[in-house]
Amino acid sequence: MDLYEYQARDLFEAHGVPVLRGIVARTPEEAEAAARSLGTAVVVVKAQVKVGGRGKAGGVKLARSPEEARDRASEILGLDIKGHIVEQVMVTEGADIAEEYYFSLLLDRANRTYLAMCSVEGGMDIETLADERPEALARVDVDPIVGLDAAKADEIVAAAGFAEADRAEVARVLVLLGDVYRESDATLVEVNPLVKTGEGKILALDGKVSLDANASFRHSDWTELSDESRDDPLEIRARERDLNYVKLDGSVGIIGNGAGLVMSTLDVVAGAGKEFPGSPTPANFLDIGGGASAQVMADGLDIILSDPQVRVVFVNVFGGITACSEVAKGIIAALDILGPKATKPIVVRLDGNAVEIGRHILTEAAHPLVTMELTMDSAARKAAELASKN
Amino acid sequence: MTIWLDQNSKVLVQGMTGSEGRKHTQRMISSGTRIVGGVTPGKGGQTVTFEEDPVLVYNSVAEAKAATGANVSVIFVPGAYTKKAVFEAVDAGIELVVVITEGVPIKDTAEFYSYAAASGTTRMIGPNCPGLISPGKSNVGIIPASIAKPGRIGLVSKSGTLTYQMMFELGDIGFSTAVGIGGDPVIGTTHIDALAAFESDPDTDCIVMIGEIGGDAEERAAAYIAEHVTKPVFGYVAGFTAPEGKTMGHAGAIVSGSKGTAQAKQEALEAAGVKVGRTPSETAGLVRDVMEGKG
Repeated sequence: MDLYEYQARDLFEAHGVPVLRGIVARTPEEAEAAARSLGTAVVVVKAQVKVGGRGKAGGVKLARSPEEARDRASEILGLDIKGHIVEQVMVTEGADIAEEYYFSLLLDRANRTYLAMCSVEGGMDIETLADERPEALARVDVDPIVGLDAAKADEIVAAAGFAEADRAEVARVLVLLGDVYRESDATLVEVNPLVKTGEGKILALDGKVSLDANASFRHSDWTELSDESRDDPLEIRARERDLNYVKLDGSVGIIGNGAGLVMSTLDVVAGAGKEFPGSPTPANFLDIGGGASAQVMADGLDIILSDPQVRVVFVNVFGGITACSEVAKGIIAALDILGPKATKPIVVRLDGNAVEIGRHILTEAAHPLVTMELTMDSAARKAAELASKN
Repeated sequence: MTIWLDQNSKVLVQGMTGSEGRKHTQRMISSGTRIVGGVTPGKGGQTVTFEEDPVLVYNSVAEAKAATGANVSVIFVPGAYTKKAVFEAVDAGIELVVVITEGVPIKDTAEFYSYAAASGTTRMIGPNCPGLISPGKSNVGIIPASIAKPGRIGLVSKSGTLTYQMMFELGDIGFSTAVGIGGDPVIGTTHIDALAAFESDPDTDCIVMIGEIGGDAEERAAAYIAEHVTKPVFGYVAGFTAPEGKTMGHAGAIVSGSKGTAQAKQEALEAAGVKVGRTPSETAGLVRDVMEGKG
């Protein structure tokens, strides 16, 4: 789960990381009031979107009065920044920036440790810096058990080449950011830029934080951070039923068990689709998981059949723990519940646990919409063919 | 021979008294695994009976190991308690710890992986994995034992169901060992670890490697294969149609920007001489041709 800048700012502040005051506004009038309440000569109005490059897109503007903040906010609200419509801005105090730095702490999947990256050349796009001047970006491994302690912070600021006079204060802030990472179950904490003000103060001016969804059970406050309103309605409905669903653009609805098999099914369908007119592609990813019951199968089918783009459904199950008999019962039960609303053909491939019973159930039911295929590849072709015709 | 697991492996089940642990312990016993005990803190001294066999529950891994000589532990405890369970197994000096649990916080995995690695004794597999099976010898985890017979193919996969699919396709030729390493961002045993073990196993003739989008484990495995693996390697990669920035079921299966794509992984593997199939069945066909002397 990625956070908005203002949420990252709040999280930083809660851990004692020095940040500027900031107030979220959803209308120009709220922005004006926010600027007035901050009371500084200069404020900055910043688009709140979960995508980089908002400065260049006109999403960050200075204002020298509350009225000006209102005008700037009205320009920024509603902007489309790389497909993200700006619905809120954060109005912050202006800062007297003397120097800009970069810091991030993230999960290094390859090394299975944390990785701190730090540079005294901040403010620019970090991927550009890493490509063009890799020597300017210090990379320091952080042991997950020890964490980013004072000794590690000293090592990072030395490696990044901070001026002697700034090292102690920057290191102190890095330790606090390390606390944010650990205590919030983050997989990324990035500050770009980390700045030194004219008075020599170190501030986190902009923050990006990603949280690990697996850890949500121990962070009851995270429910306030999610913004479901932006998700696809079918994805929200699937989540409510504990189904792993991702909406895609095609016409072949996919249900399978196990993330790997479902991903593979999407690929096999897309490949088979190329042989048919209109090149049908998958409409979604839906993993019903291990040991799925008839009810779960029926829930999944219901969600997929609610997608108006779907022309055919492909159910691809290899029963390890999942019993194919349950899957077959779920298909028949879902079709019973849906009644005349079910009009899309369903191609089914079953193998593995209780496959004979599963196939028998489907054969006995002889539902006119259901076609059984014996292999994944032939079923994918059948599904693509039907999507192409219907 | 096999890798990591054979008929002599003595297996403990951490979380055996829970519903998942109980169900899968029964399946493991039915497929011939030597289950020597269960571990549930506070339930030491109880027994759980599987068909006719009573299995004793111990309060701690250390106690269970002392009593039984166990060298393998499989973990079914919930995500919130997984870290504690792994630390305990590592402290007891268990050689192989297989973490089946799904939904373990990444921070916890990073910590217990680091702890296991530092021990110099414990290999950790998973989390969020189906475990491993050496057909006819031992089965630790949730892989259905009936789909493949013993044989000379080695299999390593991030995905459980694709492991089953591939074992099913090649079940008649058979497997030395099949290992599901899991789809989380941090995992204890990598493709490379399994490739190295299969390369040095005299009873493995060829290796099937199944990967998926996210991270660069497959690319690193490709580089390793080019340098160190002389046996034929066959590959399959899932996730060509996955959109950027969306997690596809497995927590680690995500294309970030231009990184972690299936295309890049396939190309890296092919450049290392790995034959990569477009579908699981096509990949199985490539393996079959070589194993039956037609390739």
